[in-house]
Amino acid sequence: MAISLTPRTPVAGSRVLAYGAARGDLVVPNDDLVGPIDSSDEWIRQRTGIITRNRASEDVGVKDLALAAGKEAIERSGIDLDALDAIIVSTITFPYPTPSLATLLAGQLGRPDVIAYDISAACAGFAYGIGQADALIRSGAARNVLVIGAEKLSDIVSPTDRSISFLLGDGAGAAVVGPSEEPMIGPTVWGSDGDHWDTIRMTGSSLDFRDGKVDWPTLEQDGRTVFRWAVWHTAKKIREMLELSGIGVEDVDVFVPHQANMRIIDELAKQLKLPEDVVIGRDIAETGNTSAASIPLATHRLLEEGTAKSGDVLVQFGFGAGLAYAGQVLVLP
Amino acid sequence: MAHTENEILAGLAEIVNEETGVATEDVKLEKSFTDDLDIDSISMMTIVVNAEEKFDVRIPDEEVKNLATVGDAVKFIEGAQN
Repeated sequence: MAISLTPRTPVAGSRVLAYGAARGDLVVPNDDLVGPIDSSDEWIRQRTGIITRNRASEDVGVKDLALAAGKEAIERSGIDLDALDAIIVSTITFPYPTPSLATLLAGQLGRPDVIAYDISAACAGFAYGIGQADALIRSGAARNVLVIGAEKLSDIVSPTDRSISFLLGDGAGAAVVGPSEEPMIGPTVWGSDGDHWDTIRMTGSSLDFRDGKVDWPTLEQDGRTVFRWAVWHTAKKIREMLELSGIGVEDVDVFVPHQANMRIIDELAKQLKLPEDVVIGRDIAETGNTSAASIPLATHRLLEEGTAKSGDVLVQFGFGAGLAYAGQVLVLP
Repeated sequence: MAHTENEILAGLAEIVNEETGVATEDVKLEKSFTDDLDIDSISMMTIVVNAEEKFDVRIPDEEVKNLATVGDAVKFIEGAQN
């Protein structure tokens, strides 16, 4: 007779318990960046909606931003630290390929024994992390999971790049996800488009840099292709997600897409035909594009300002390099 | 059924008007999208995608940079229909 193994006991659902946020300590206005790209404050505002972006001082690392955001989320969640079972960090700027930032934070947060790993899904990373946390919790593999999106993108910008550098900021956003009798996080809609692997890319590899073939690699993108994909492909996926979650646009209270560009956010809202009273995350105006950190930073701001409140239905969707994308409908804590 | 040049121009003018507020009668064949109509690359992509939908054609990203004038776009759409 075949042996029967005992699985963990699944739970019905998961929910976000609390958020945490940390932004770079420097406020960088457009005027500080326009010289080398022959641009202007007005041009950047009009094309991107960005007025300032937060960047971190030289002595502030991505690990410091991640730790601050993670600590706040844990404190606000009210969970006993012993009940934290996993830490998932999404980052593309931790300067060590190994060991992971998640394991470093596990030690610094006082839980060096938890499940801990980093994921690389760029701007879709936070929503990828929430998708994994939801799956870990519902399967019974973890009780509470800390998900962090953290980036110090100012380490990989070029002052002369006109494609993406001037959009980018530094920050970290975090959420603690825990079990729930009722599902408060809907099904994750996620995927990628490997045929467009190099649409958002680094200017070289670390090996190219080591061998003196390229300058320090920085980020660049094909803006037109990204804009087109980010709006029309993403709108289609968000409609699928709403249907899968069993809700319509009239049920949405808050919409927080990845903070890539205000024009993308506006066009997405238009394509989705969101009702006028839906609160839209527009943190990009002051924080800039912080990749994996942008969704939790924007959500944290709306909750702090009181424009979004506990119990609101949030639609979040991340999209970016690799042309990876992910999103969920969730109920705000 | 394929659209005529005039139909494409009229349809394109509506799309441009919707995106930028430029009056439909100002969208003429000889007008340059960037120099005359002050349309930036992001608005251009919005116009392109809406035109694809309206005229049931495919306008590849790499083709968009060749569409300097309204006439270029009308000609491309006209050809792409067949």
